Amino acid sequence: MDFGLTEEQRMIVETTRAFVEEELYPHEQRVERTGVLPLELIREIQAKAIAAGLYAANMPVEVGGAGLDTLSWLLYEKELGRANYALHWTCVARPSNILLAGNAEQRERYLMPCIRGETWDCLAMTEPGAGSDLRGMKASARAEGGDWVLNGTKHFISHADLAGFAIVFMATGEEETPRGPKKLITAFFVDKGTPGFTVREGYRNVSHRGYTNSVLEFDDCRVPAENVLGEVHKGFEVANSWLGATRLQVASTCLGRAERALALAVAYAAERKQFGQQIGKFQGVSFKLADMALELKAAELLTREAAWKYDQGTVTDGDMAMAKLKATEVLAMVADEAIQIHGGMGLMDELPLERIWRDARVERIWEGTSEIQRHIISRELLRAVGG
Amino acid sequence: MKVLVPVKRVIDYNVKVRVKADGSGVDLANVKMSMNPFDEIAVEEAIRLKEKGVATEVVVVSIGVKQAQETLRNALAMGADRAILIEATDNVHVDIEPLAVAKLLAAVVKEEAPGVVLCGKQAIDNDMNATGQMLAALLGWSQATFASEIAIEGDKARVTREVDGGLQTISVKLPSIITVDLRLNEPRYASLPNIMKAKAKPLATKTPADYGVDISPRLSVVKTVEPAGRKAGVKVGSVDELIRKLKDEAGVI
Repeated sequence: MDFGLTEEQRMIVETTRAFVEEELYPHEQRVERTGVLPLELIREIQAKAIAAGLYAANMPVEVGGAGLDTLSWLLYEKELGRANYALHWTCVARPSNILLAGNAEQRERYLMPCIRGETWDCLAMTEPGAGSDLRGMKASARAEGGDWVLNGTKHFISHADLAGFAIVFMATGEEETPRGPKKLITAFFVDKGTPGFTVREGYRNVSHRGYTNSVLEFDDCRVPAENVLGEVHKGFEVANSWLGATRLQVASTCLGRAERALALAVAYAAERKQFGQQIGKFQGVSFKLADMALELKAAELLTREAAWKYDQGTVTDGDMAMAKLKATEVLAMVADEAIQIHGGMGLMDELPLERIWRDARVERIWEGTSEIQRHIISRELLRAVGG
Repeated sequence: MKVLVPVKRVIDYNVKVRVKADGSGVDLANVKMSMNPFDEIAVEEAIRLKEKGVATEVVVVSIGVKQAQETLRNALAMGADRAILIEATDNVHVDIEPLAVAKLLAAVVKEEAPGVVLCGKQAIDNDMNATGQMLAALLGWSQATFASEIAIEGDKARVTREVDGGLQTISVKLPSIITVDLRLNEPRYASLPNIMKAKAKPLATKTPADYGVDISPRLSVVKTVEPAGRKAGVKVGSVDELIRKLKDEAGVI
């Protein structure tokens, strides 16, 4: 078993970290304080990210990406994840893998502009009444004269204000199964500006300042049949085959921020003196540091193992659920303890800790809550014995 | 014109250096190592010369332990074409002295026949600032040190040098040794696609014996000590007191 990184992987880590520290960190406080990421700043950093080959590096070589294996990609995600989310997601975008599911014409029209940094994509699944239970969605599309007519509301749609189009999941029918009727889902490309499609400002929230969410409304919004992504009624299948690794992406970005918080805590414990000695020499602090490092390493190993299995084609849903669950919960713990070690200073926004702590909260909810991850893990255990 | 760039693997500039307990040197076990920052500037300049069509090939060379291969791969990922690794020791704590390095480089220069050698002005580990100058002397080539601007004009190079109290511009005949200073350029990031491509670029491994050079040390390190810690400051009560202290105690005004 080889736990080491290859020469390329080490270079990927170095170059990505150098970029994050030099090009993203200096803008963090402004974005955090104003909650706004100005377009001219996006364009400035984006140009540098494109020049460094970091932009859309998650994509295969044939469409202009870096062609990384899963572990290399996740190492890159981890380094990006150290920074403010709005900055790294917007200025060093990683277009959704689901865009690769499109046919040649759809790739040209939707994927390529995202890779070139001309626009961004967004995914619309969640509804006010359909979160973890996606099949409960009410928004629907009906076929009419060769077109599809979309109706309904989606919310919590990340960065939809920037995106040039949305990939929208709509109920398009129902099938009978032994466990009762089940909704059939279809994925559609919907361009901004399509009549009947409105993007409204979403909610202000605790995590990821500067990174917006929107409410999407569809009111008899008509799109041509060629806008269907994948096959009609096969929206879930498309999502499952192309969005499988997004939980590992969440895990990795969390590991990056947890590592940053731990490094700050270690440095502070070695420097800060109280009662005549470094606070790191007090067991109350040193044991915290040990537990933080231990938990972080455990989370990192789970993520790396899942990445390795992903490339072997042997990864299970449970493996990815474990990695996501552990990394997001470890981030919450590490961020909280890092603040405790800093005392009052940890809560001031001169340090990135208070925002790492705030940002940690959403990670245990989006891309499947901690409870859903536990459900997936236990379901796998029980199914193996016929449960 | 071919450009040769020697690069050295040194302790990363962000690492807090620790002196070994026996005072024989700095502890290099398990610390982050990187390309000497001045050499990185030299690599960047060479790549820019190639992008401008002035240089046709950029060859990087490193002398040291086999791990220096990583440093060379970094240079290849930045955009160098080819690399030569001269494995001179297997002990990370052994520093190959400037004269030995200059002799090895002279041998490489004879084989490669570059039009210009771009070196960092010094390595940040020992701060010797000697290799480039020694190399020029061994080859009998012209030299321009501390470059903050380089323009190749026909068979000459116009080099702006950072000297005490200002800038000096000189013209040297090619082939030449140019050592580069901090303000020459800002090195690029090794781009991800280039990192992936770097593996396919040629990297030749040699030994000092291949060049018939004796690298046995001529210097001995007597002692390595950490700089003395900074003394605590004092608070002054008034401007008058400050002026008096600056005059009488510090003797600066």
